[in-house]
Amino acid sequence: MTNFAEIKNTPHVRNDSQHLPRRAMVRALPIVFATAFVMPGVIAPLPASAADNAVTVEISNFVYSPKVITVAPGTTVTWVNHDDIPHTVTATEEAFRSPPLDTEDTFKFTFTTPGEYAYFCALHPQMTGGVVVKPAAG
Amino acid sequence: MDKSDNSLAADAGGNDITRRGFLECMTWAGTGVLWAVSGGLPQAVGLGSALAAERVAKPFTFLQISDSHIGFSKAANPDTLTTLGEAVAKIKALPQKPSFIIHTGDISHLSKDEQFDNADQIIREVGLPVFYVPGEHDVLDPGQGKSYLDRYGKGSMGAGWYSFEHNGVHFIGLVNVVNLKAGGLGNLGDEQLEWLEKDLAGLSASTPIVVFAHIPLWAAYPEWGWGTDDSAQALSYLKRFGSVTVLNGHIHQIMQKVEGNISFHTARSTAYPQPEPGKAPAPGPLQVPAGELRNYLGVTTVDFIQGDKPLAIVDSALAG
Repeated sequence: MTNFAEIKNTPHVRNDSQHLPRRAMVRALPIVFATAFVMPGVIAPLPASAADNAVTVEISNFVYSPKVITVAPGTTVTWVNHDDIPHTVTATEEAFRSPPLDTEDTFKFTFTTPGEYAYFCALHPQMTGGVVVKPAAG
Repeated sequence: MDKSDNSLAADAGGNDITRRGFLECMTWAGTGVLWAVSGGLPQAVGLGSALAAERVAKPFTFLQISDSHIGFSKAANPDTLTTLGEAVAKIKALPQKPSFIIHTGDISHLSKDEQFDNADQIIREVGLPVFYVPGEHDVLDPGQGKSYLDRYGKGSMGAGWYSFEHNGVHFIGLVNVVNLKAGGLGNLGDEQLEWLEKDLAGLSASTPIVVFAHIPLWAAYPEWGWGTDDSAQALSYLKRFGSVTVLNGHIHQIMQKVEGNISFHTARSTAYPQPEPGKAPAPGPLQVPAGELRNYLGVTTVDFIQGDKPLAIVDSALAG
């Protein structure tokens, strides 16, 4: 288990509460979620009470990080763009589509329906990511 | 180096652009590209210069500017209006007035009305017709390009593509920044490709062709998205022509390549430089040391002289 101090020092993973609006700060990430951020693509265990949870995907250097996240239904995912250039979060199957996110802009989407949601940046389509929505095991 | 001396052309030696090219480059470092078109067909395609001379009534020049990114205000260039204004001043000071300007996209940074307004206000000062194609930053409005089309798309097809003739040269503006596919590059799409094939169908192979679009129509650096997925199809329609020049923007630096009968050029931005391919983690704005920005934002003048002279590229910085 990676501890929080290590997470903070991992490239592409930033302790970003200072970049987020106050509302998001209130919902600071539990360590159990942050663990997933150091292992893009790895499925993190989620507690049953996922409806209260928020997950943040950072956009830096034209990369979504983590690239793939797995969340429980009801989870709100927030994307934050840290680049000097706008990006979008655009679902391949049109489930969601952000406006262009300028520097430090955020986009939130609450995933209610289980499934796999691929997304990309409509400006820089080589940037891709995914959200897997499924009920927590047990 | 004297940027006004066209005889520099001869120094480029061995570049076979000249045998088929109808454009000869003379480069100012970055805010625009001046194209002088003189004469018609290169000898390489085996037609006589007399015929060529008939086709092209008189020499002319045109100028390319690109990637103004009006609205961008980050450290790489907090004042993109000023640098666009400097480019415009350069153009106005040219001894030979260009016939028109081509803007190869990313006029605005976020497709906002005031950004287009501000760009238009400055570019209008040149007093020349301007032919636009959109960059991906110009189609970010909720209508996904509607704002662009309302302003610049009069008489165009689809997402804003069109063609026109000038003094015997056929110009084609293509759009490769809409309906981009996840994991992909720039995209022309079937509808535009069909239009292009028809647009070219009636033309003699001796017609000089200039194609312009925002994202490079060749694999400049696909790892950073610097290419167009279906450009090979478009280029296949151009193979039968003796002289084809492709002008792009998007990458905020000069790159050139010659492939068969087609010569490719990208222009610098009037706003900010981007890293050379692979020399940074990502292709975002490149912040250069204080006071050096205008070394990266010059103007690229490209000049063509009929005959067997090599393509000449002369870079000179805006600064100094």
